[in-house]
Amino acid sequence: MCKKAALSRGVCAQVRAGPVFSATATRLTHTVEPDAFIELDKVSFAYGSRRILDGVSLRIARGKLAAIMGGSGSGKTTLLRLISGQVKPDSGRVWVDGQDVAKLNTAGLYAMRRRMGMLFQFGALFTDLSVQDNVAFPLREHTGLPDTMIRDLVLMKLQAVGLRGAAGLMPAELSGGMARRVALARAIALDPDLMLYDEPFTGLDPIALGTIAALIKRLNDALGATAVMVTHDVHVSLNVVDEVYFVADGKIVASGTPDQVRHSADPFVRQFVDGQPDGPVRLHYPAEDYASQLGLGGRHG
Amino acid sequence: MADSSSRNLFAAFGHRLIEAVWKLGFVCRFFAAILRDSGASLRRFPLVIREIYFAGVLSMIIIVVSGMFVGMVLGLQGYSTLVRFGSADALGALVALSLLRELGPVLAALLFASRSGSAITAEIGLMKATEQLDAMAVMAVNPIARVVAPRFWAGVLSMPVLAAIFNVMGIFGGYFVGVTLIGLDHGTFWSQMQNAVDWHTDIVNGLIKSLVFGAAVSLIAVFEGFDAKPTAEGVSSATTRTVVTSALTILALDFVLTAFMF
Repeated sequence: MCKKAALSRGVCAQVRAGPVFSATATRLTHTVEPDAFIELDKVSFAYGSRRILDGVSLRIARGKLAAIMGGSGSGKTTLLRLISGQVKPDSGRVWVDGQDVAKLNTAGLYAMRRRMGMLFQFGALFTDLSVQDNVAFPLREHTGLPDTMIRDLVLMKLQAVGLRGAAGLMPAELSGGMARRVALARAIALDPDLMLYDEPFTGLDPIALGTIAALIKRLNDALGATAVMVTHDVHVSLNVVDEVYFVADGKIVASGTPDQVRHSADPFVRQFVDGQPDGPVRLHYPAEDYASQLGLGGRHG
Repeated sequence: MADSSSRNLFAAFGHRLIEAVWKLGFVCRFFAAILRDSGASLRRFPLVIREIYFAGVLSMIIIVVSGMFVGMVLGLQGYSTLVRFGSADALGALVALSLLRELGPVLAALLFASRSGSAITAEIGLMKATEQLDAMAVMAVNPIARVVAPRFWAGVLSMPVLAAIFNVMGIFGGYFVGVTLIGLDHGTFWSQMQNAVDWHTDIVNGLIKSLVFGAAVSLIAVFEGFDAKPTAEGVSSATTRTVVTSALTILALDFVLTAFMF
């Protein structure tokens, strides 16, 4: 059995150098990361009777920016919630920097989260706080720094996302793209080791989208953080991430580098990258026979 | 047919009952979590002060105006009844006892539930719907300690003060009608009141009532907000539940407390 410490050094990853993915997964590459920062091992999860993830295994190396892609409701965000410890797997294990997340007590979980930043889909800014106070929030909660120093740090974070001039605005006064950038500044306030991005490009215009993508790449390189980005914006993501995992029906169905994804012949990957309406992912939700539902009996197929 | 429909009715009733028991269990666990995490909130008392401003201070206008009118109505109704028995001089005592024992704590709590309880539920519910509570938890900040407990304690601390203000305004309303408009003797009004009102039985018990009502309304408000479905409809339903459940709880608790106190 692998011990936590051993796993954190990547030893366990080498011992278990067998197939990383579930049996149904299509491996576009086969490399074993010696220094896994995040590892999911045969993770299954269900909301009530609705199964979301079914034996998912993946490994993300320290310092890498990985994208998790898949259709709506495929379990992408649940993966992030498992990594951040917001939910626990029904079976399997989630390791973050050598720690089994499900086994952490509240203090341990909060200690792990202090080293983590998360960008929510619509920013999740605190609406009763100004931009400056939003970014200062984690600093005020977790550091005993004097107000003057917190102010300077906040201005530096806002400068990094180009919104130093908006420090005094309230969240209601920001556009969607600006709110996302403020949320990004807040997420990096404590210089995290791990960044989680939940659909960072949703609902943005092309300029804001490009800005956020470039910022994510630049900040991640500057922080040297490991990052997981849940998205279904294929083309923008492929320009900024190091590796891509495709999720469908609760499983990892394909993975690889952006170049491998671009040139893949895998039907699922092609459908996703080319935006084809039908393919391995069906357009139609399962339903009873169309003709019989219309009351046409056996006259039409 | 009849058997089947009565069985379905029985099953539906049982289902509702089981759900209610489950919810009560959740409320108890939630209350325990609030108490457990209150230390951190009370150590950062400015958080509670801020919520006292929103829940308590901003409720002052409705409390002051309502208290005044309730007192004026008591003055009118009390006088028209007492005068038939030649006891109009006891108007001061009637107004004060009605307000201190019952109307002050109960009406102030009902107004507090409508104004502040619903606002607290809507605020927490919207924070949940817009992932602000999740964001807080992911930033290693406990939402119960940071968001829920300060609002709960603000409600508990505000309620007795609001009830006291309601009582004072009600007594002024009764005085205005009885003495200024009807022309009862000023000295008799106050001396009758002074003789009839007992510090412990009437005033302290009334304040204890309002403290209990404050805790009940605040707990219901924060729980419904925290438990709301993260949708517009979910927040709306939770807000309605806060007002309805609070009103029924206040009235039920009032009966129980009155039975023990007086």
